[in-house]
Amino acid sequence: MEQFDVAIIGAGVCGANVARKLSQYELDVALLEREIDVSLGTSKANSGIVHGGFHDHISTLKARLELQGALMFDRLHDELDFPFERCGILVAALHEDEMRAIEQLYLQGVENGVIGIEMCSRERMLELEPTLNPDVVGGLYAPSGGILEPYRFVFSLVESARKNGVHVKTEFEVESAAREGDYWRIRAKSGQEIRARYVVNSAGLHADTISTALGAERYTIVPRKGEYYLLDRATRAKPSRVIFPVPTEVSKGILVIPTVEGTVLIGPTASPASGKEDFATDREQLEHILHSARMMVPGLSENDVITSFAGLRAAYGGDFYIAPSEKAPALVQVAGIQSPGLTASPAIGEYVKDLLKKAGLRLVEKSDWDPYVRKVPRARDADPFALDTLVAQDPAYGDIVCRCERVSEAEIVAAIRAGHRTLDGIKYYTRAQMGRCQGGFCTYRIIRILMRETGMSFDEITKRGGDSFVLKGSL
Amino acid sequence: MRELICITCPMGCHLAVDTDARGEMKVTGNRCLRGEQYAREEIFNPKRVVTFTCAAVLPDGGTPGPESNLPRRVPVRTTGAFPKERIPELLGALKGMTVRLPAVRGSVVLKKALDTEVDVIVARGIAPE
Amino acid sequence: MKQLTFDAVVIGGGAAGMAAALELDARGHSVLILEREDTLGGILMQCIHNGFGLIEFNEELTGPEFAQRFEEQVRARNIQASLRTTVLDIREESGLKAVYCVSPTQGMMRVESRAIVLAMGCRERNRGNIRIPGTRPAGIYTAGLAQRLVNIEGYIPGKDVVIIGSGDIGLIMARRMSWSGCKVHAVIEILPYPSGLTRNIVQCLNDFGIPLYLSHLVTDIYGKDRVEGIEVTPIESGALMHEKAFKIACDTVLLSVGLVPENELSRNAGIEIQPTTNGPWADSALMTTMPGVFACGNVLHVHDLVDYVVEEARRAGANAAAWLSGYRPAREIRAKTGSNIRYVMPMRVNPERENRLYMRSLVVKNDARLEVRLDGTVVKSRKLAHIQPSEMLSLTLVPEDLAAAGRDSTVEIALV
Repeated sequence: MEQFDVAIIGAGVCGANVARKLSQYELDVALLEREIDVSLGTSKANSGIVHGGFHDHISTLKARLELQGALMFDRLHDELDFPFERCGILVAALHEDEMRAIEQLYLQGVENGVIGIEMCSRERMLELEPTLNPDVVGGLYAPSGGILEPYRFVFSLVESARKNGVHVKTEFEVESAAREGDYWRIRAKSGQEIRARYVVNSAGLHADTISTALGAERYTIVPRKGEYYLLDRATRAKPSRVIFPVPTEVSKGILVIPTVEGTVLIGPTASPASGKEDFATDREQLEHILHSARMMVPGLSENDVITSFAGLRAAYGGDFYIAPSEKAPALVQVAGIQSPGLTASPAIGEYVKDLLKKAGLRLVEKSDWDPYVRKVPRARDADPFALDTLVAQDPAYGDIVCRCERVSEAEIVAAIRAGHRTLDGIKYYTRAQMGRCQGGFCTYRIIRILMRETGMSFDEITKRGGDSFVLKGSL
Repeated sequence: MRELICITCPMGCHLAVDTDARGEMKVTGNRCLRGEQYAREEIFNPKRVVTFTCAAVLPDGGTPGPESNLPRRVPVRTTGAFPKERIPELLGALKGMTVRLPAVRGSVVLKKALDTEVDVIVARGIAPE
Repeated sequence: MKQLTFDAVVIGGGAAGMAAALELDARGHSVLILEREDTLGGILMQCIHNGFGLIEFNEELTGPEFAQRFEEQVRARNIQASLRTTVLDIREESGLKAVYCVSPTQGMMRVESRAIVLAMGCRERNRGNIRIPGTRPAGIYTAGLAQRLVNIEGYIPGKDVVIIGSGDIGLIMARRMSWSGCKVHAVIEILPYPSGLTRNIVQCLNDFGIPLYLSHLVTDIYGKDRVEGIEVTPIESGALMHEKAFKIACDTVLLSVGLVPENELSRNAGIEIQPTTNGPWADSALMTTMPGVFACGNVLHVHDLVDYVVEEARRAGANAAAWLSGYRPAREIRAKTGSNIRYVMPMRVNPERENRLYMRSLVVKNDARLEVRLDGTVVKSRKLAHIQPSEMLSLTLVPEDLAAAGRDSTVEIALV
């Protein structure tokens, strides 16, 4: 049976950060994921924002980790391969009485130590963001806020972790675990078993189930749904900064997000989900998104909508729950990671490492740890001369498979070789099928490339694992 | 009176078929003579052009795999309208058939299909590189 | 980077592109066709059903046959076509047009020319565009993707099918799936009339007993990993009848909910796009707002028949040739839409030449009359037995019809 120093359950953004952090040390680490690919849960469907550090008070764990995490992204962006940009965040007030709340956020930001945060007049707001509703009365500007592609971030973290020795086990759905001497013996639904001295529970929506399976604390993760619309990059009303409304008690409201890849995302809603598998979108919720987003940016048009989707927040109380288990030994709980979880995640990696150390895990730095991963060149980002050079090195860069997002065959092959063997995995890695035609033109080509590269048969191709088979027969 | 829509061409004429006092069939609403012919056929012996595909087979006997840019299927069609009630039978016959590449457009796959006057021919020329 | 020079570049090697290139070649101009796929023919290659070419060839052909007849002419004339080539950018550089494109064998290419014909065709609208809520399982495809998978790749996307939208590709796929051993349970159309050609309703639905639900909206798609079914809600007097909603179990949903001209290249080049057609603005010569750039076929406006596409493309090719030879119209007058007309293409007419106009009706009507009014006076009219939005209308205006046209005259096309 395989034996590890640490087993991390759940390969979302938290698990991936913990795994990469631990890969710096002389440890045998396993990253366990129940899905066919990493980042397929909450980390896939969220706003993709590096927050500004003013929404929560520094007395909370989530604010501390958010502030710390936000500062780590420049370095991560340099070392890893994910799109990231500090485009700045605006909070827009549409009524005079909302300015009081803006001021509160500003003061909180200042107290939190946010650099460059400023209060803005109407004029300043419109100068910073001309697409804003001209009725804006003022707002807040946090220039350090940013945008990134969350799944690409996770993919890259996992690639880095793997490169530095972490064992990634997908389709490993933890069913039970029991203590066996100094070890946890962890059993997957598939019957596979491993042993690990320490366990990190970063199972997101399913952290409660895992905690119970490990005989640790009993708590309940409540799935809270956030629905989004994705708009075409050609939309006329594309803002250049993230626009927040004035937050309410329950949520940060419907945002207008210029994604780092040039499309526009609007959402999320905040409504109870009927279960942890409830990813359905709802007509009324979607109408609410359009309505609310248009209050901020009136030029947004439903004609530019290319898709809608829903993500589930793993809600548990008001703050993050990151702590050593008080009931089970050698277990660290990483649960209730809602917004700003993505922003905080690099700091969560550090924090969990420290908790493990306190619990007795010996950390010896590796002399040969390599923080860098290969940056896969993207045809979309290359100017004509750069693309010419790429094609000379690899002709597959000259074969544009996805016309809408300009993705070459070379990038699809890179995705497959990085272990993404489903249509969705390839989509999140490359953006192929993510544009205005939503795969109408390129799906058949991706299927062919997938079959060619992996030797998979047509009836093994899935959208995202499980029973999500794409083809049901051959003529 | 029976109403029909002519499907001979994409114009889609709305036809009215009537029988006059002498029992002769009378067609109105057609914009060309083919409409009248269609109405007669549709009532007494409905027929359809059948289009389908057969498996492509490489010159060496293999089938085009995902590494090749060749299609796995070769389109075929009937040379004329085929009796409607016998279409399932025809499809059954075509299902197991293959076309060896290079496929020549117009070449006959099935001569006098199911003893009708209609042939099934290759509808796309495909030349492996 | 490879540098090439031609008199004209045609972007897209489907029916429109080939027809335009042939015309340019016939008039003595060097022309290069840029095509993304590894064959010429475009989307016709997956349209293996019959019904193409009645006007063009006076016989009923399948899509590949129609396309290959043009391809043979292109080859016979030795017209150059660069296959597996994706155009990335159209620019104006030192008074000439520069088309930047890439292929795996040639790398980046910069093709310089004095004229461009846009013939990129169109794409299918998808689920997001019509905003159907629900889950996002496997098994939801546009009809065109399903057509590609079945007809060329040889795979069946699913066995129990519901088709959303009654566009022609959806109807054709209803028959194709039925003939391939699948069960098509229903076609759901939001409008009170079908979007596809009548003949396709007859031979693709009625022949197979497939129910067509008009004035019905798909209000939910459900299923976790793979589609398990849809919810359909009737529309009565414009309102959704939620209490009459019903479910249809299926493992596959095909969407045939309209086509959109693919104008991202044109838009990025600064060419003005019309909201009515989603295609470029075009003058009497089918020239866009970028001088020397012409457009034809489904990139200009979505056609119902390929025969009309090639007719229009020939005009675009001939006009591009005339432009290259220095012809400029002395004057043009505005063509505008009157009652019950969605658009008129082109948007200018040349009173000194013959003008062929295409238009679409906004209404379903029997015994209609198409009227051409020059500054309010009817100069031409034609009786039409039956009109519907899915079928394109056409008419020709000759110089005599427009003899009375002055500098600021307007031609109005109306359906009464």
